[in-house]
Amino acid sequence: MLIKGGNANAIVTQVLRDVYALKKPYSVLYKKKNITRPFEDQTSLEFFSKKSDCSLFMFGSHNKKRPNNLIVGRMYDHHVLDMIELGIEKFVSLKDFKNSKCPEGTKPMLIFAGDAFDVSEDYRRLKNLLTDFFRGPTVPNIRLAGLEYVLHFTAVDGKIYFRTYKLLLKKSGCRTPRIELEEMGPSLDLIMRRTYLASDDLYKLSMKLPKALKPKKKKNLSHDTFGTTYGRIHMQKQDLSKLQTRKMKGLKKRPAEKLTDNQENKSKKIKRRKID
Amino acid sequence: MAASSAEEVLAQAERAEAEKLRLITVHKDLELEFDLGNLLAIDPNPPTGLRQQSGRGLEERLQGLARDNTQLLINHLWQLPTERVEEAVVAKLPEPSLRLPREKPLPKPRPLTRWQQFAQLKGIRPRKKTSLVWDEASKQWRRRWGYQRARDDTKDWLIEVPGGADPNEDQFAKRLQAKKERVAKNELNRLRNIARAHKVHLPSQGGMHPTGHQSREELGRAMQVAKVSTASVGRFQERLPKEKPPRGPGKKRQFQPNIGDFAAEKKGQLELIRVMNSKKPQMDVTRATNKQMREEDREEAAKKRKMAKGSNRKGHGDKRKGRPLGPGGKRKGGPPGPGSKRKGGLAGLGGKKGQRQGGKRRK
Repeated sequence: MLIKGGNANAIVTQVLRDVYALKKPYSVLYKKKNITRPFEDQTSLEFFSKKSDCSLFMFGSHNKKRPNNLIVGRMYDHHVLDMIELGIEKFVSLKDFKNSKCPEGTKPMLIFAGDAFDVSEDYRRLKNLLTDFFRGPTVPNIRLAGLEYVLHFTAVDGKIYFRTYKLLLKKSGCRTPRIELEEMGPSLDLIMRRTYLASDDLYKLSMKLPKALKPKKKKNLSHDTFGTTYGRIHMQKQDLSKLQTRKMKGLKKRPAEKLTDNQENKSKKIKRRKID
Repeated sequence: MAASSAEEVLAQAERAEAEKLRLITVHKDLELEFDLGNLLAIDPNPPTGLRQQSGRGLEERLQGLARDNTQLLINHLWQLPTERVEEAVVAKLPEPSLRLPREKPLPKPRPLTRWQQFAQLKGIRPRKKTSLVWDEASKQWRRRWGYQRARDDTKDWLIEVPGGADPNEDQFAKRLQAKKERVAKNELNRLRNIARAHKVHLPSQGGMHPTGHQSREELGRAMQVAKVSTASVGRFQERLPKEKPPRGPGKKRQFQPNIGDFAAEKKGQLELIRVMNSKKPQMDVTRATNKQMREEDREEAAKKRKMAKGSNRKGHGDKRKGRPLGPGGKRKGGPPGPGSKRKGGLAGLGGKKGQRQGGKRRK
């Protein structure tokens, strides 16, 4: 769901249109301007989301304090879950790149580069949010020749560079092709401004998996730190006297020895009782 | 000699392999994390080469980095098991490993059907039955139910006429009819279970159910409808000794006549203008107290429901209730206007105890 704010300028509008083109069948672009401030009042966003049954949204606006503002957000149960405000520093549009584009509806590949995406909580949420936003529908198979484009996000020096490249598969000596990239799509330089992240328990609630999807635990298995798998077998109680062992004929007791053994056992028993 | 040539051949083969792989290998300090289900790759290497760069150099560096990362991702994707689907090579993707929050809340479990409720009550557990039964007539193992089942009485080729039956009756047709009735009854019960699950109240003919399982309200409504369905629209129907007169469908709007009491009309309109012009909001005491009482009743009922549901639902219930009252603070039975707050409170208490000021207080 792509919405324009009350004072969206040409750049922000063009950004929204480009994202709409990237996400073609699964997005809706609202033409009219809406005078709301998402960070203060979320009700109109929630109303839109209920009407259009969309949970991901992008809101573009522009004012003197926050020029070229873009708010990316998602909802849970039609209530705002996360919102991150990004400022657009540099923008090159789809139509400024004079080359062929890929067909709409293809699933893009996503790459996040930079250690900032793991270090800070805000960046981690941003990574999660951008993955949610830009990944296409979940499919079990994918046609290898149909991997068309890549969205590459790099976090450097507090800025996030968003570039889109078209994939060219070149011959290499073996089965896996060599990749060459050609810049195709919108390219944005973003900086992170405000964030509105959901409270922990709401986030936990939204991440709840239904029981059927939880991975089944295998019982009686344990893993070592070295990677060895240990299994546990439960046996019934064995009568050890009836164990079948190897019979050494030479060690067999002769009848005379058996008798002396019995006598010793008896005396041992008597001794034990006395001590008790 | 032979050994050295063999070594040479091996070394050459190795070099050839390395050459082949040279084009697609990429060297990275830290390994990337892959989530192939989402076609996602995360590169934790710090971008040292990109700092203090701007303009064209930056773009080229970014493209180089992207190319390397994409190459690694493609290498992994090409290693997935592939199959051929309609002349295209397709790779089977694993499940996406990145956990993303859901869009909508978890679906609620279905309400139990009538049989399931009964079985739970009585403690009846399902007995495991074999799926095949020995059929004596056809001397083979047949299904317990379904196509070509073991004991299908509609398929008998010979039926003895039972003792007390009419000799001209068609026994075969009778059995078929009985089967059709059983099927229809099952279907009806299935649909009723579904309707109960979705809480759909379909209007039934004459307000009555064919099997008699009816709630008190439905019976009341059926009785009212029956009362009014006479030639004189229920005017001369007798009532039971303690029965109260029906409430009626509700008052329609009453309008004053066009040429009525001029003085009263003038007074009313001047009052209206005065209220509209006054800066302080006027408060209707009865409406405010009724609203407050309704809100309190609602809160108590919700609290009771929460207690009944138990502790594990309590937290979520709070979350659900708490959220819509967010920043806007749009409470319904909220505190009335600034000036008359005290007055409203006291008057509210008084109103509850004593007078019924003709307000629309529900019982």
